[in-house]
Amino acid sequence: MNWLAVAAIYKFEMSRWFRTLGQSIASPVISTSLYFIVFGAAIGARMGAIDGVTYGAFIIPGLMMLSILNESIGNASFGIYFPKWSGTIFEILSAPVSWGEMLLGYVGAATTKSVLLGALILVTARVFVPYEIAHPLWMLCFLLLTAASFSLFGFLIGIWADSWEKLQTVPLLVITPLTFLGGAFYSIDMLPSPWRELTFFNPVVYLISGFRWSFYGVSDVPVGYSVAAIAGFLVTCVLIARWMILSGYRLKR
Amino acid sequence: MSAVLQTAPRTDEAIVSIRGLTKTYANGFSALKGIDLDIRRGEIFALLGPNGAGKTTLISIVCGIVNASTGQVVADGFDNVADFRKARARIGLVPQELHTDAFETVWATCSFSRGLFGFKPDPAHIERVLRDLSLWDKRNDRIMTLSGGMKRRVLIAKALAHEPSILFLDEPTAGVDVELRHDMWNVVRKLRERGTTIILTTHYIEEAEEMADRVGVILKGEIILVEDKTTLMKKLGKRELALHLNEPLAAIPVALADLNLELQDSGSVLVYRFDAGGEATGISRLLNRLGGEGIGFHDLKTSETSLEEIFVSLVKERA
Ligand SMILES: Nc1ncnc2c1ncn2[C@@H]1O[C@H](COP(=O)(O)OP(=O)(O)OP(=O)(O)O)[C@@H](O)[C@H]1O
Ligand SMILES: [Mg+2]
Repeated sequence: MNWLAVAAIYKFEMSRWFRTLGQSIASPVISTSLYFIVFGAAIGARMGAIDGVTYGAFIIPGLMMLSILNESIGNASFGIYFPKWSGTIFEILSAPVSWGEMLLGYVGAATTKSVLLGALILVTARVFVPYEIAHPLWMLCFLLLTAASFSLFGFLIGIWADSWEKLQTVPLLVITPLTFLGGAFYSIDMLPSPWRELTFFNPVVYLISGFRWSFYGVSDVPVGYSVAAIAGFLVTCVLIARWMILSGYRLKR
Repeated sequence: MSAVLQTAPRTDEAIVSIRGLTKTYANGFSALKGIDLDIRRGEIFALLGPNGAGKTTLISIVCGIVNASTGQVVADGFDNVADFRKARARIGLVPQELHTDAFETVWATCSFSRGLFGFKPDPAHIERVLRDLSLWDKRNDRIMTLSGGMKRRVLIAKALAHEPSILFLDEPTAGVDVELRHDMWNVVRKLRERGTTIILTTHYIEEAEEMADRVGVILKGEIILVEDKTTLMKKLGKRELALHLNEPLAAIPVALADLNLELQDSGSVLVYRFDAGGEATGISRLLNRLGGEGIGFHDLKTSETSLEEIFVSLVKERA
């Protein structure tokens, strides 16, 4: 195992993030704050509690997921797309680095950033609404799993994308709708019949539901399903990434 | 074993061995058509060839950046696919294009390269490399603030950060001024003295002539020639003897028609061509016979065909 290479890639990716720290942190924090002000404070004040949780508190897990998904995908996809685009990827490809080490370095760094960001949002939320975390360990576990699996997903997008447009539209076209329709702002029970059943095909529902359970002990779907769904997604992404790197798909000519 | 090799750097043993290598790109273009090539331990090997001949493709396959269609590459005893870790750890690559991380500092990017290749940090080594390449003063500068020639040197420094025993230089001196080019040649020579095997591609024939122990010529994806540089020059090189005559001649005297002579500069210069490799050059015989004919001269010059002329004639022959 070439741990030094993993460390080199990880450090490189983290320093890239720290170089633009203000930018990396400001935009998710500002947008989440806006959500809390608008949905939590302004509208939330007129909404009843859902499953015994105030609306402002209810949307915290969903909002965190929304940010983590976007940031994970954005960070990880850029991390691998940029060297591909600029040509510096030649060095990674010519180094004694296996597919697993490459993943650990790139995806590990993106995951770290997302987890840090999640923590930051949690702290920001405190400013606007009081909340409690019922199962902190599970919360951390969901946070890590989600950050890791979506960073992996972003990594795949970064390899797949052959233009900046593709790099940006996929998260916008796929992830944002899935998150908004994934129960970030409402409980699935609140949807009328055909929509509610359809929603269960949306993988993000399982994420948000599981995550919310770790906060408030209530969920739309059984927690086991959530864990299984994330784990399954994670394994699928790893397998695809492995194939991409080994075959050189859109990495090697 | 390796200690023995280090004290006796240049041997006939192959450090890189390429067998039956072909590459067909996704668009169906066949860039390499069965390359067999051995690079000897400790030598400087110059790979020459016109644009699009397949030099970069060949190097990229050896370094693991491009997948071969068929064939095998063994570097320092390790297959570059099956044993990619060991093979790659021994290889350094300076690519043709200036691909650098614009926002990184020179020092950071070199340290990154060393780690990436699985080597523990060694600031003393990085310092030596940067000093050798006159980059020490720039170590804390971001790469984007450097000139093109400096970026090229940064790429060389990165490639040397993990102390490779095999170094590929893909047109290291393209777009580099004369002074810098000589600096680079010195760096390369120093590396060779320390036992590094160097494979370079270039369009500057003088570079190959100046530096290489052996020369390979690649044309349309095929190696058409591999030869010791000096042998090549002997074999294909022609030498010329130019005599500046006292009296211009209208034509070559019939008595001298059996010699390989030519008149230039409206008859004032007589040029004699002979094989550079031949034992008997025939110069004294020529001078005797000129004396016999009463032809006098006041100056004489000899010159050799350069590698460039050899190369151009080879490429023309095959084209
Ligand atoms: N990705 C690719 N897809 C298709 N053809 C390619 C690709 N890369 C290179 N080629 C073709 O393969 C041939 C060899 O290219 P290569 O870059 O190896 O040449 P080269 O000898 O390095 O040339 P130069 O001296 O210009 O650097 C060229 O005809 C080129 O057009
Ligand atoms: Mg080239």
